[in-house]
Amino acid sequence: MRIATANETYLADEALIRTRTQWAWTAVLAAGLAAAPFALNNYWLYLACLVAINVASATGLNILTGYTGLVSLGQGAFMAVGAYTVAWLDRNVGAPFLVNLFAGGLMAAAVGILVGLPSLRVKGLYLAIATIGASIILQFVFLNWTSVTGGSRGMNVAPASLFGTPLTTYFQLYFVLVPIAALMVLGAANLFRTRIGRAFIAIRDRDISAEVLGIPLLRYKLLSFAVSSFYAGVAGGMWAYFFRAVGPESFTIVESIFYLAAVIVGGMGSILGGIIGATFMTLVPEVLRFGVEAISPYVDNAGTLLSPVRTVVFGALIILFLVFEPQGLAEIVQRVRRFFHLWPFRK
Amino acid sequence: MPDAMKPARLDVEGLSLSFGGLRAINDVTFSVEPGSITALIGPNGAGKTSMFNCISGFYKPQRGAVRFDGEDVTRVHPPARARMGFARTFQNIALFRGMTVLDNIKLGRHAHMRTNLLQALAFFGPAAREEVELRAEVERDIIDFLEINHIRHMPVAALSYGLQKRVELARALAMRPRILLLDEPVAGMNREETEDMARFILDVKEEWGTTILMVEHDMGMVMDISDHVVVLNFGQVIARGLPHEVQADPQVVAAYLGSGDPAALMKRLAAEADAGAATGGAAMGGRATGGTA
Amino acid sequence: MSDLLFFVEVSLAGLGSGALLSLTALAFVLIYKATRVINLAVGEILMMGGYFFLAFAAGWGLSPWLAIPAAIAGGALIGAVVERGIIRRMLGESPISVFMVTVGLGSVLVGIVELVWGTDPRTLPDFMGTAPVFIGEAYVSRKIAISFAVAGLVIAVFLALFRFWRGGVALRATATDQAAAYSCGINVPGVFSLAWTIGCGTAAGAGVLLGSIGGIAPTMGAFGLSALVVVIVGGLDSVAGALVAGLAIGLVEAWTGTYLGGEYKLVFTFGILILMLMIRPYGLFGTKEIERL
Repeated sequence: MRIATANETYLADEALIRTRTQWAWTAVLAAGLAAAPFALNNYWLYLACLVAINVASATGLNILTGYTGLVSLGQGAFMAVGAYTVAWLDRNVGAPFLVNLFAGGLMAAAVGILVGLPSLRVKGLYLAIATIGASIILQFVFLNWTSVTGGSRGMNVAPASLFGTPLTTYFQLYFVLVPIAALMVLGAANLFRTRIGRAFIAIRDRDISAEVLGIPLLRYKLLSFAVSSFYAGVAGGMWAYFFRAVGPESFTIVESIFYLAAVIVGGMGSILGGIIGATFMTLVPEVLRFGVEAISPYVDNAGTLLSPVRTVVFGALIILFLVFEPQGLAEIVQRVRRFFHLWPFRK
Repeated sequence: MPDAMKPARLDVEGLSLSFGGLRAINDVTFSVEPGSITALIGPNGAGKTSMFNCISGFYKPQRGAVRFDGEDVTRVHPPARARMGFARTFQNIALFRGMTVLDNIKLGRHAHMRTNLLQALAFFGPAAREEVELRAEVERDIIDFLEINHIRHMPVAALSYGLQKRVELARALAMRPRILLLDEPVAGMNREETEDMARFILDVKEEWGTTILMVEHDMGMVMDISDHVVVLNFGQVIARGLPHEVQADPQVVAAYLGSGDPAALMKRLAAEADAGAATGGAAMGGRATGGTA
Repeated sequence: MSDLLFFVEVSLAGLGSGALLSLTALAFVLIYKATRVINLAVGEILMMGGYFFLAFAAGWGLSPWLAIPAAIAGGALIGAVVERGIIRRMLGESPISVFMVTVGLGSVLVGIVELVWGTDPRTLPDFMGTAPVFIGEAYVSRKIAISFAVAGLVIAVFLALFRFWRGGVALRATATDQAAAYSCGINVPGVFSLAWTIGCGTAAGAGVLLGSIGGIAPTMGAFGLSALVVVIVGGLDSVAGALVAGLAIGLVEAWTGTYLGGEYKLVFTFGILILMLMIRPYGLFGTKEIERL
């Protein structure tokens, strides 16, 4: 049982990790993440990498949608910008892959600011619609700017290399992608301990009075777009190095709905929510795959059922969580934690 | 007390504002002396809140000027005004429901902080230092001062109405106000909460020296704590002066305060109803009677 | 054939598909006006209309004249169930949450169609005949001409209902002020149900028309996105806007599709959308909302 925290300095009280118990759990988690690749087989390593990429992107979307209250159906398109940038730089410039990732993030952020510009005039739902429009226009660019994007055939990406070693196996990629994703999550958590994060939340909760309290709305909305799409761009770049190919089919509006679902299911406006949501949503299709494989002896063409079932389940999860658990899985986790804080004195 | 908070003087000069054909404010002029508490009163619909929105920059008046320590700020955007030292509370509480009390208060300091995006993401060096300084200052000067220590980590949505109003005041104080605009600070409060709030407002004036302009319906409170009263009716100033002078002004009594004599009040209400004047003055008259008694 | 004649023919075809856009946009507007929900799943309901018709006419072998009302009823049923089961539970939630619910709904419907009918495009049984129609010298596909006429008729009926039928008046009252309408004895939940039922039925009917022109596929919901552009351009709460903007967008799509190539259609449409959002976000005929503190 834990009753309260007693910290001696404000620095300690403002810290992300406040108690000894939390430190202990963090250490266990870090050790577990570092040791995991030695215990996991290739399939699970593949999934772990995919989870890392999705956590990075979902955390970015959470900054925009969960914390700033600006719904975006363009996260997939921003990832595509990052992925194409990385692919192009890799082919034409050949800079180190970390530089490419960063450039992919910056490019996506620039596009994000452009897409966010309508927030000069519109807000809320109108903005969500603007992001749909932007995705469709970007999709058109990817498909038709053949000299840069490779058109409908897309582009292949050479493996990333670190200190001269090409990263080709999932085992190697794990040690690059997971730390990057972890750093990005840490950055997002930090953001919400400062004035910038508070300004985002203020815009979400009451955007007009936020302005009177000294927050320039347009600048902060655009900043939120930029940060969010930077995250998407870096995630898209990691995606490019992970799958080693980018094409116009890689990131459709379905992908954007996937990330929106991840944020909703995990918990909007919660860093933990972004992590849990992205993990959960990445694993759902795998569970469905097991289900489909299990019924395949009895049903013809069971394999073709996978994609539609996935579509139905994604949609249903969005609806169910919004109706019954709008705070998402993160809230459920908190509830369980609170229960154990008081355990065994209260049931 | 931070020295950047020298109380400011506010001058409203010939201000006019209309919505379409509707004149909300018509050629209003008044001043708020540095370090004073000035109350803006008047029946519902007299233009008080519109006036507040002009002063804080949310509405753009068609004519006239708002001067802050002599400087014309009529066209200055609200965030820039916040940086200059305008701070306000809202009639319908405008706290951020998704944040704790502490974060709401810290938010008030936004315009005076420097942390940029990169520092924020890393939470290293200047960002951490600035946050910790802010926390210490908020704890020392505001949370203790307004006696809200027990709720600092609570989400604002869980608080009583009176406490929410107090947190709003706390957030306004965190803005390092040089002028504090309070929009109906005690509306909807019970007597005890009203007395607490009046005490805090007086304390702010005495300990912080901040210039205060407030809109308020509670006549008892206005008369008790104001140094200066400006009365608006139909968007125009009908009286101004010390509280007891305004109270005695026959025009104000007629337009707004009511006579205190039930028979006369009834007669006046009947006359108003006949004239079809829907000013909301009736309800005001009733409440004011209690205040003047 | 002269270039001018070709241009006229292209334009007529554009007006034809524009009428279908107007009809779909009408479903949007109806639901938005009554419930303030932007239903992003309208495109998918439209798709369901097409597939229902396929199931009834080709699967069960019903005569088209039975299958059409059955398909419309199917769409209406989805609308009623969704409103009763999901949307009503979300009453009072932020509009953004409800919007995202409709995004989820669209995803569910697409998945169901792919599960039941597969991902391949299908053609609908013909019930309109193929003999071309000539307006002057200009050739118009018979199906497009019929669709245009039907869409025009339905929109005219709707306009009349809005104005003269009690239910239409109740809907307009609800759109203006839900609470006031409720206290006037209007059955607001009933209006909600009605709007969703009629709106989704309309979309399903548009789906039958659209599907009989160009075939049906699970990706057909994208037509709903074009209709979304129509609503934004016309104004979210304006029936007249849906009508005018539908025809305009239909023309633009026909011209760009013919003269620039099919892949430019959506780019132009959404380019117009973004331009519109920047210049006049509440649309050509929509109501501008006044912001309040």
